[in-house]
Amino acid sequence: MANKAQIPTKSSALIAMIADEDTVTGFLLAGVGNVDLRRKTNYLIVDSKTTVKQIEDAFKEFTTKEDIAIVLISQYVANMIRFLVDSYNKPVPAILEIPSKDHPYDPTHDSVLSRVRYLFNTESVASGRR
Amino acid sequence: MSGQSQRLNVVPTVTMLGVMKARLVGATRGHALLKKKSDALTIQFRQILKKIVSTKESMGDIMKASSFALTEAKYVAGDNIKHVVLENVRTASLKVRSRQENVAGVKLPKFEYFTEGETKNDLTGLARGGQQIQLCRGAYVKAIEVLVELASLQTSFLTLDEAIKTTNRRVNALENVVKPRLENTISYIKGELDELEREDFFRLKKIQGYKKREIERQLAAAKQFAEEKVAEKVSLKRGASITAAHNMLAAAAQKDEDIIF
Repeated sequence: MANKAQIPTKSSALIAMIADEDTVTGFLLAGVGNVDLRRKTNYLIVDSKTTVKQIEDAFKEFTTKEDIAIVLISQYVANMIRFLVDSYNKPVPAILEIPSKDHPYDPTHDSVLSRVRYLFNTESVASGRR
Repeated sequence: MSGQSQRLNVVPTVTMLGVMKARLVGATRGHALLKKKSDALTIQFRQILKKIVSTKESMGDIMKASSFALTEAKYVAGDNIKHVVLENVRTASLKVRSRQENVAGVKLPKFEYFTEGETKNDLTGLARGGQQIQLCRGAYVKAIEVLVELASLQTSFLTLDEAIKTTNRRVNALENVVKPRLENTISYIKGELDELEREDFFRLKKIQGYKKREIERQLAAAKQFAEEKVAEKVSLKRGASITAAHNMLAAAAQKDEDIIF
């Protein structure tokens, strides 16, 4: 295991978000938002004017940042940059696809859940669910 | 992989045989241990899979509840609370702490969230809808709780997946490559040693036969020599007695009183 990813044990890390405005608002209300000295936020609000390039950049930035442990990403946003999300395979930060308000959650698109489903097929725990 | 023809390139000696046997014992033990590790990881892996599926399901419900709470808050406090919230972001009060958990030598990350300092949004919705906003806040904190748990499960899932793959690869390598190769080497060394022994035995036999024949030849020669000598002696004696007889008589006549004739 030469290329084994190191798992940092930090006392505090942030949760980053790439989601629509309502979801981000809710999580900011819970207090996960952070603005650093350069006025950079740990969240990206995706609306109709946001380009795919911006989302890609934000995703890359969040996944390479040291102090981020979890990246929450709305599923419809993840679908826009599906190739990036699927090619990402580091354990930390963890990518979590969350349902958003106006896009129903489709578990077949989730990169991790599809793998879980694939592994679970023999045990038929998840196969009969949907 | 052919397996049968594979063996290590060694000199077939008794010492090497001992070394190979020791290595085979080591490989067998390592294989058994790795197999156990793989089993332990697989058990953990299956548990995590089950948890992931159930947590993903509950995540859907929780997100729905929190979205609904936000809609309620918006309805009561007016749509502009999101601007207030977005403007009030300073530093995160809700953070994640990560620590490691050790499962059969594989380090799995575990996340847990904690709140730090007081929340900045306390005054949000002071004019109206404060209670709804606090409810909404609670709903989202609960959502974060589930999401953090899911994140640690998912991270463990990926790490374990990788670890299981590596362990299985090692188990298979030991079982299908290293052990057959060592066994082949051992049988090769044994065969060579047997061969040498047989050769040695044959050589000894050969030498023994040669020696035997040599001794027989010598014995025969000695016998022949002795016979010849006896014959010679006899003839010599005869010859001598013929000549000596006259002398004897002549000599006896002179001084030997015992001779009566």
